[in-house]
Amino acid sequence: MVIALPLASATFLHFFGRRIGEPRAGYLATLAVAGSFALGLGAGLPFFSGGAHATVVTIWEWMPAIGAELVITWDPLSVLMTLIITGVGALIHLYAVGYMHGDERFSRFFVYLNLFVASMLTLVLAGNFAMLFMGWELVGLCSYLLVSFWFTKPVAAAAGKKAFIVNRIGDLGFLVALMLIFGAFHTLSFQGIFERAPEVLSSGMATAIGLLILVGAAGKSAQIPLYVWLPDAMEGPTPVSALIHAATMVTAGVYVIARSASIFELSPVAGPVVATVGAATALWAATIALAQKDIKRVLAYSTISQLGYMFLAVGAAGHIAGLFHLMTHAFFKALLFLGAGSVIHAMADEQNMDKMGGLRKHMPVTATTMAIGTIAIAGIPPLAGFWSKDEILGVAFARGGWFSVLWIVGLVTALLTAFYMTRQFVLVFMGEPRWESEVHPHESPRVMTLPLVVLAVLSVIGGFFNTPFRTALEHFLEPSFEGVNLAHPPEGWLMFALLAGLSVAAGLAGAAAAFFAYNRPADLWRRFEEAFGPLWSLWRSGYRVDDIYGATVVKPGLRLAEETAFRFDLPVIDGAVNGAGRLVRTVASRARAMQPGLVRSYGVVFAGGTVAVLAWLVWRGG
Amino acid sequence: MLTALIVMPAVAALIVALIPRQRSELFLPIGVTVSMAPLALAGYLFVEFTAGEAGFQLVERTMLYAPWGFSWYLGVDGISLPLVILTALLVPISLAASVAITHRLKEFVMYTLLLEAGLIGVFLALDLLLFFVFFEAILIPMYFIIGIWGGERRIYAAVKFFLYTAFGSALMMAAIIALAVVAGREAGAPTFAYTDLLDLAIDQSTSRWLFAAFALAFAIKVPMFPLHTWLPDAHVEAPTAGSVLLAAILLKLGTYGLVRFNLGLFPQASVDFVPIMAALAVIGIIYGAVVAIVQPDLKKLVAYSSVSHLGFIVLGTFALTSGGLAGGVIQNVNHGITTGALFLLVGMIYDRRHTKQIADFGGLQKVMPAYGAVFLFTIFASIGLPGLNGFIGEFMVLIGSFPALPVHAIIAAAGVVLAAIYLLWAYERAFTGIPEKPENQKLLDLNLREKVLLAPLVILMLVIGLYPKVLLDRVQPSAEAVLDRIEATTDYVAPAPGRLSQVLMIGEGE
Repeated sequence: MVIALPLASATFLHFFGRRIGEPRAGYLATLAVAGSFALGLGAGLPFFSGGAHATVVTIWEWMPAIGAELVITWDPLSVLMTLIITGVGALIHLYAVGYMHGDERFSRFFVYLNLFVASMLTLVLAGNFAMLFMGWELVGLCSYLLVSFWFTKPVAAAAGKKAFIVNRIGDLGFLVALMLIFGAFHTLSFQGIFERAPEVLSSGMATAIGLLILVGAAGKSAQIPLYVWLPDAMEGPTPVSALIHAATMVTAGVYVIARSASIFELSPVAGPVVATVGAATALWAATIALAQKDIKRVLAYSTISQLGYMFLAVGAAGHIAGLFHLMTHAFFKALLFLGAGSVIHAMADEQNMDKMGGLRKHMPVTATTMAIGTIAIAGIPPLAGFWSKDEILGVAFARGGWFSVLWIVGLVTALLTAFYMTRQFVLVFMGEPRWESEVHPHESPRVMTLPLVVLAVLSVIGGFFNTPFRTALEHFLEPSFEGVNLAHPPEGWLMFALLAGLSVAAGLAGAAAAFFAYNRPADLWRRFEEAFGPLWSLWRSGYRVDDIYGATVVKPGLRLAEETAFRFDLPVIDGAVNGAGRLVRTVASRARAMQPGLVRSYGVVFAGGTVAVLAWLVWRGG
Repeated sequence: MLTALIVMPAVAALIVALIPRQRSELFLPIGVTVSMAPLALAGYLFVEFTAGEAGFQLVERTMLYAPWGFSWYLGVDGISLPLVILTALLVPISLAASVAITHRLKEFVMYTLLLEAGLIGVFLALDLLLFFVFFEAILIPMYFIIGIWGGERRIYAAVKFFLYTAFGSALMMAAIIALAVVAGREAGAPTFAYTDLLDLAIDQSTSRWLFAAFALAFAIKVPMFPLHTWLPDAHVEAPTAGSVLLAAILLKLGTYGLVRFNLGLFPQASVDFVPIMAALAVIGIIYGAVVAIVQPDLKKLVAYSSVSHLGFIVLGTFALTSGGLAGGVIQNVNHGITTGALFLLVGMIYDRRHTKQIADFGGLQKVMPAYGAVFLFTIFASIGLPGLNGFIGEFMVLIGSFPALPVHAIIAAAGVVLAAIYLLWAYERAFTGIPEKPENQKLLDLNLREKVLLAPLVILMLVIGLYPKVLLDRVQPSAEAVLDRIEATTDYVAPAPGRLSQVLMIGEGE
């Protein structure tokens, strides 16, 4: 039912959208998602009071031979994901009514957005891996459609394709994981897998499955080495970036790993590898974010980096910390993206921060809410990001050993995060205006600022769902992780204060450094950036990873395909056939100095074959 | 009823033959109308068919020539049923798509209807000699369709198509005669009846030779690597209707034959040949996809994608598991629907622009939004996007093959990535961006006729994708029966969970 509502809306808009006209199609789509939210909240209420049990609803048989039905799991984990998706989703839909104003394919945009929400819900509500995979691929489709929504721009079309194909490479890993799961468990259903995992899986098998799931998750959630599609995906309209590439779809990888917790638990290797990939990605992407000029690219790399934190958490078995950060990140990153969209809107589609500055006075609501988002992501208490990021760092610290190294990486990343976000805020909203005279920045309409305000409020209070003092979220989610050993941050006031103090110090240091570096005339901070020399341009170019992939994978691959097609398939294989054909024709024409009529040569072959067989039979039967 | 299904298209061809030559405007409308009759009957067949049963249904048998044991022997089961219906559906669609043909239109319609009779006959025939007669009868109309109404190199393509297939047929003919003779020796009287031949005890080396002869004939049809080179030429040169029927139905003769005759008649040899067949299937999947990436011609691209997609069917078939086999049968249908639709779409743009070169297009989505949308939809069905039909077959084949052939299944999965690359890249080049070439700027979008033609295929893509039960309820029992027989007559045991009974379903016992 929760899925059906946005799906029905998408279908309806597909056929009648243009007739309904501009704002109404958008409002209808928003209402559908908000309706799902209400339904999800209603159906999820029993879990909040702690009295409900996870339920499974079968819709219909799908592929019985491989143990796949269309079946829904309704447990705390799926409730949480549903509420995030529909809640944040509804706000972004509303915002998009303003943002997409005047676009000639306005209602089409909402068809895709609704379809996305339905797909994402399919993913998180699925009761088996086959259906999860369906949602998994469908969100990829929607991402493709929405990234290349402005398909007349070749970069947008290429970005959509790149996103889909890179995701497919990850999916290959996921698909193989599903094969292994089916081979081991004889089913793909969650119930049949997770309860029996300890009896069925050896630790080697668990490692293999875990690592393959990681490959899939790394594709969808943009982790090293498959993150390259996400920055390009910023070519899509900004509400898309906020919904798909910040708040929901990209977190699917985190969700899958958390869902498969009981498999990861059986492997001594898979979890640490996930955590390491996460930490490495967090640091890697944060350094790239430092040097970006494009307001959306900063946020894109920031998203990759924050997803790295979530991977660090779920890899360290701190699933609840990971999901907690997933939730708060959905709030503040959606806020930041929508804020950035508001700025781009005001600046007549300018995305280069070099050409902004001083916008605070012109768009007070956007500036205030963006400031809240920046503080939240920087990890300054008491805003949301502080609590969730701190819990992740606490978990890593508590695990000790190799995880201590990852903890330090996380701490450094926190400093960098605060730096690049503050840099962005200062470059956009403070200092002297650097835009050209014909641009007239203005505050966005209320339909856009209202979601900003709501998300800002959530970014402020979102952290209190799960503080060391009040572990509401943890209690709520625990039933979904029955039988799994969850990792927790260290106990006790003193440890908390010490760790929190360290990470707050890192955040404040980063923010302060950026503030003093950039809250100056432009030539001064430009000189500051130049002081880093080639390192800065390496960061700005994203370590030239795209070029490297192009030279090492794309180009040789294409060459191989060409060689196969034109140097092998045509001349060698087809050549052999044609050669044989010529031979036959020569023989035939010599034999009967006449035109080699087709039917005749057919007859020759036919008769020859029959004679051969009869001869053989006589010989055998002899 | 099955006889009527074969006779009807032939009668339809006769009706078209009776139209006076001057009334050329009537050929197509009447052709389409009369071809609706077999379609209606096929619909009725679907209703009459009892789902959940494994054996042949609606069997008809009349002895034609007793000394040889040759009979008019027809029947339908879950493996042939979907192919019969697909044939009956695609013929009217292909005919209605052929408005661009003016030259010798009457013969064109007649050949297409005769082709239909032959195709339906092939799928229904349970007498091997009868099967062979239909199998050969198909060649003639197809040869003329390519040779008369094809493109520039049509003669070359037609001859190549004919000789390739005839070569395989000759071997198969020999094998069929050999079978009948062996039956004569073992059972006292020769027979061509499939159900009698099933019980025949054939010694090992003979059965391997016969398996090889059948397999070669069918491998050419499929076509399996390295016997595929007739296909791109035939497709590129054939007119739209020819390409559609060729890709959607004719190729399925190969995969159908492999299941029906190779697995059915030679169980032990099938088990022995698994390594070769599976290896060739996987090579075909990857090879076809890699070659498809760089094809400059849309039809060639789709042709090579067929080589890749049919590799999945062969892989599933020779995995000898429940999921693989049923997935293969489903994939037969799915490939017919999606590739049929792709060739229709290419034909529609060819009718407008008289080119199939990807480089000649660009920005089409802007000028032809409906066309672009259907194209993209079909591409995603072909890529195997869940929720659409292609996924069901591919996913079942991959997951279902894994217990038996894990390495093959993993390599084959890479074909899924390659499919996304070659199709989306082609779409990007042809459809996105701004239409820069002046010839592309004034193209007309789909008209009502074209929309009506595509609609049933699009609907089927969705229905099979979301509710494959309509097919699986009918296909699965027959697939199980094939495996039952192999397990009963050989030492082969499908590795768990290769059989339906070994798969755990939730909901059971909860």
